[in-house]
Amino acid sequence: MLRTLRQRITITDIFIWIIGLAIAGVVIFGTIRTLEGGRYSGGAWLDLTIKGLALGGVYALIAMGYTMVYGILKMINFAHSEVFMSGPFTAVFIALGLSNSGFLNRQPIIGLIIITLVSAAVSMTIAILLERICYRPLRTAPRLVPLITAIGASFFLQYVFRGFYGSGSKGYPTIDILKGTWHIFGIEVFKIQLIVLASAIIMMLTLYAIVQWTKIGKAMRSVSEDKEAAELMGIDVDRVIVFTFGVGGASAGIAGILYVLLFPVVNFYMGFFPGIKAFTAAVLGGIGNVPGAFLGSIILGLLESVGPNLFLTGLGIPSPSQLKDAIAFIVLVLILIFRPTGILGERIAQDKA
Amino acid sequence: MEKKSDWVKLVKNGIIGGGLSVLLSVIGLVQAFESSYVISGVITMGQIFALSPILFECYLSVRKASTKNTLAALSVGGLVGFVGAAVLAIFVGISHVINIRNVLINVSPDLLSLLTFRLPMAIGLLVLLGVGVIIGVISAAVLSLPARFRNALTQAILYVILLGLFRDLIFTVIIRWGFVQYAFLWLYAQSGLSIPGAIFVFIVVGGLTYWRLGRVKKETPVKRTKQQQSIYQWGTRAIIAIVVLSLPLVLGSYFSEILDNVGIYVLMGLGLNIVVGFAGLLDLGYVAFYAIGAYTLGVLTTTEAVGLLHLSFWAAIPFALVVAVLSGIILGLPVLRMRGDYLAIVTLGFGEIIRILVLSDWLKPHLGGSEGVQQIAQPTIGSFVFGDQQRLYYVILAGILIAGFIAVRLKDSHLGRSWMALREDEDVAQAMGINKVATKLLAFAMGALFSGLGGVLFATKIGSVYPQSFSFIVSINILSLIIIGGMGSIPGVFIGGLALVGLPLLLSQFTDFRYLIYGAALVAMMLYRPEGLAPEARRRLELHEDRVEVPHEEPATVLKTPGELGGK
Repeated sequence: MLRTLRQRITITDIFIWIIGLAIAGVVIFGTIRTLEGGRYSGGAWLDLTIKGLALGGVYALIAMGYTMVYGILKMINFAHSEVFMSGPFTAVFIALGLSNSGFLNRQPIIGLIIITLVSAAVSMTIAILLERICYRPLRTAPRLVPLITAIGASFFLQYVFRGFYGSGSKGYPTIDILKGTWHIFGIEVFKIQLIVLASAIIMMLTLYAIVQWTKIGKAMRSVSEDKEAAELMGIDVDRVIVFTFGVGGASAGIAGILYVLLFPVVNFYMGFFPGIKAFTAAVLGGIGNVPGAFLGSIILGLLESVGPNLFLTGLGIPSPSQLKDAIAFIVLVLILIFRPTGILGERIAQDKA
Repeated sequence: MEKKSDWVKLVKNGIIGGGLSVLLSVIGLVQAFESSYVISGVITMGQIFALSPILFECYLSVRKASTKNTLAALSVGGLVGFVGAAVLAIFVGISHVINIRNVLINVSPDLLSLLTFRLPMAIGLLVLLGVGVIIGVISAAVLSLPARFRNALTQAILYVILLGLFRDLIFTVIIRWGFVQYAFLWLYAQSGLSIPGAIFVFIVVGGLTYWRLGRVKKETPVKRTKQQQSIYQWGTRAIIAIVVLSLPLVLGSYFSEILDNVGIYVLMGLGLNIVVGFAGLLDLGYVAFYAIGAYTLGVLTTTEAVGLLHLSFWAAIPFALVVAVLSGIILGLPVLRMRGDYLAIVTLGFGEIIRILVLSDWLKPHLGGSEGVQQIAQPTIGSFVFGDQQRLYYVILAGILIAGFIAVRLKDSHLGRSWMALREDEDVAQAMGINKVATKLLAFAMGALFSGLGGVLFATKIGSVYPQSFSFIVSINILSLIIIGGMGSIPGVFIGGLALVGLPLLLSQFTDFRYLIYGAALVAMMLYRPEGLAPEARRRLELHEDRVEVPHEEPATVLKTPGELGGK
C-alpha cells in the first residue's frame, strides 16, 4: 500500500503541493494579520465587495465570448480582448458627440442605449470578420495554428485601431444622473457600480436564455456536443459558429460600455487585461459552461478587488493593489493545476487541459 | 466570363482590393510614406502602398480567370482595377465632403490630396479611376507575357522600389567609401532614385535577370571531386565568416546597433525555437527569463544601492544563467500536464507576474521599481572594454555561435528527437519510453538559458534595465520571428530575425506599424504558409502530406483564401 502510494506520487506532485500550500498559507496568514490589524473598516470591505461584484459582472460578459467559442470550436479566441476593445473605443466618439450637444444629460437612457448599440454592433462586426477571415480556413488545422493566428489577429486589430483613432487615451463623458450614491438598507452604494452589476446580470440571463431555450441555442449546444453529428442532423454549422461569434462579440461590446462606466478611459491596449481576466474567469468556472463563466467571473472580480487588501496588507506589502493583476494570473495557474475542469465544468475540459 | 456569378466575383475582388487600400490609408501607412520617394518626383512609397492592394487583387483575379484570350484577361484586370479604384475614390469623395478627421485621425486633407495625385478633387478622382483601370490592364498584360520576361520585369521593379526606399540607409554606408559617392549622387536624387538612376537600375537588374534565367537551362551541373567540394565548402564558410566578422567595421555604429538588436533577438529565437519548434510547447511568457537574466546581471554588477555583490560581467553571467534556468524549471514543473492553449495562457501569466512584481513597490528596494537598475557592468578582457555597439557585436556574435551550436547539435540528438516525439503525440511518446517530465523540463530549461543569456546581453548593451523593456510584446516579437522563419528551423530564426527585427529598425517610418505588420504576417503565414519562410524539412513534408491526404476538406475555401485576406 505504502509502496504504491510512493510510486504514484512524483516529484512534480510534491512540488505542486508545496506551491499550493505556500499560497494557501500566505492567504490565510495574511488574512488573519490584516483583520487583526484592523486597518480597514467594515464599510471599506463592503465598498470593495460591491466594486468586485460590478467588475465580476463585466468580466462575465466578456467571458461569455471565450466560453461559447471554446465550447464550439475548442479553441481560445485570443483576439477576443480586441473585440472587447473595438466597441467602446469606437463608441467614444458617439458618446462625446452626444455629450457635447447636451443630449446625453437630457436623455441619458436613450443616449446610453445608442452608445451601447453602437459598441455592440462594432464588436460584433469585428468578431464575425475575425471568424470569417482568420479561423474558418483553419478549422481542420493543428491546434497550435489557430492559436497563433489568434495572437496575430489580436495584435493586428490593436494596431489597426491605434491607426484609426490614435495612440492616446480618450475619456468617456460622465453622465450626471449616474453620479453619486444610493442608500439601500442603510448602505451607501455607488450608483454606477449597482447599475453595471444589474445590467450585467440581465445580459447574462438573456444570453443564458438564448443558449438554453431558443432554436439557435439548441443548435449551438448540439454543435458543441458533436460537430459532425449536428451537421448530419441538418444544422448549418457555419451559421451556428457565426452566430456564436456574433453573440459573443455583441456581449463583449456591451461589456465594454459597462467597463468604461466604471473606468471612463479608452485606448487601443485596454483589452489586454480584461480579456485575460475574463478568460481566467471562464476557466475558473469551467470553460464551455455558461453559468460557470458567470460564477467564475464574480469570484475573480471579488478576489481581485478584495484580495490584495485582504491577503497582502497584513504581510506588510506596500500598495498591495499594484499586485491585483498578478493575483488574477496566480488564480489561473492554480486552477489549471489543481482543477483544470473549473468549478462547474466536468465534461468538456476533461481531455483538454 | 459569360456566367453572371463570375462578374459578381470580380466586382467583389475589386471591392476587397479597394477596401484594403482604404484601410491602409486610414491607418496612416500611406501618409507615413508620403514623403519617401521611390523615384524622385514620380512616385512615392505611399502611393505604392495605396495602390498595391488593388494591383494585387487584379493580379489574383486575372490569374484565377486563367483565360487564354488576351482581350478577356485585359478586361478582367481592367474591371477589377476600376472597381477597386472606385471604392477608393468614393472614400476620398466622402471624406472630402464630410470631415471625419475628428474620428479617423489619419484622414487629413493631405492624405486626400495625395490619393488624388495632388490634382484638383474632381479631376483627381477621374485620374484615380483611370489609374485603377491602367493598373488592372497592366497586371493582366504582364501575366500574359512569357515567364522569363515577366520574372525579369518583376525583379527589376522590386529592385527599383527597394533601392529607392532604402536611399538614406545606403547613403549612410556609402558616404564612408569616398569615390563611390559620385555614383551614388548620380543614381539618387534628394529623396529616392533619380529618373535616370531608376531607368539604369531597371535595365541592369531586368537585363541581368533575363540573361540569368535564360542561362540556367543550358548549364550542366559541374562535377566536382570530393576534395574540390570540401575546398569549395570551406571557402564559402571562410567568406561568410569574414563577412560576418567585418560587418560592424564596414557598416558603422548605427548599423552595428541594429545588428546587436537583431543578434539578441536571434539568440532568444534560437531558445524559443527549442521550446516551441522542437518540443511544441507554446510559451508566451518567454520574456520572463529575458527579464530574469537581465535583472540578475543588473543587480549583481551595478554600483548602485540596489546592487548586491558588485561582480564583474563575466563573474555574474553564471549566476544569471543559473537563475534563469532554475526559473525555467520552476515554471516548467506546474505546467507539465498542460497542453496547447492552456500552456500558452499560463506562461503568458507567468511573464506578466514577473513584470508586475518587478514594477511593484514591494520589490522596489531590491529591483529599483519603475526606475530600474542602472550602471550595469560591461564585458572586459584585460583592459579592453566592449563598450560601444561595434565591439559589443562580437560578444553577441559569440553568444549566438554558442547557442546556435547547441541548438544544431541538440536537434538530431536523442533529446531532440524525444522533444519532437512529445510534440507530435505525448501519449505515444511516453509509451515509447520517453521520460516526459525530464524531457519537457529540459526544453524549458534550454529555452530559459538562451533567453537569460539574451537578457544578460541586452542589459549590458543598454547599461540599465527597466521593467518597461520586458512587456508581453517581446515574447510576441520572438514568437513571430520563429514562426515567420519556420518553426523548428534554425536558419529560419536568422531569417525571421533579420526580417522582423532588422527591417523595422532600418525603416523608421515603419515604427508605428511594426506590430500591425507582425500581426498581419502571423495571420497570413498561418493561412498560406504555415511551415514558414525557411521550413524545417520534416515539417514541410508533414504539412504537404496533410494537403494531399484531405483534398476533400473544403477545397473552395483554399481557393478563396486570397480574397479572404483582403476582407480584413
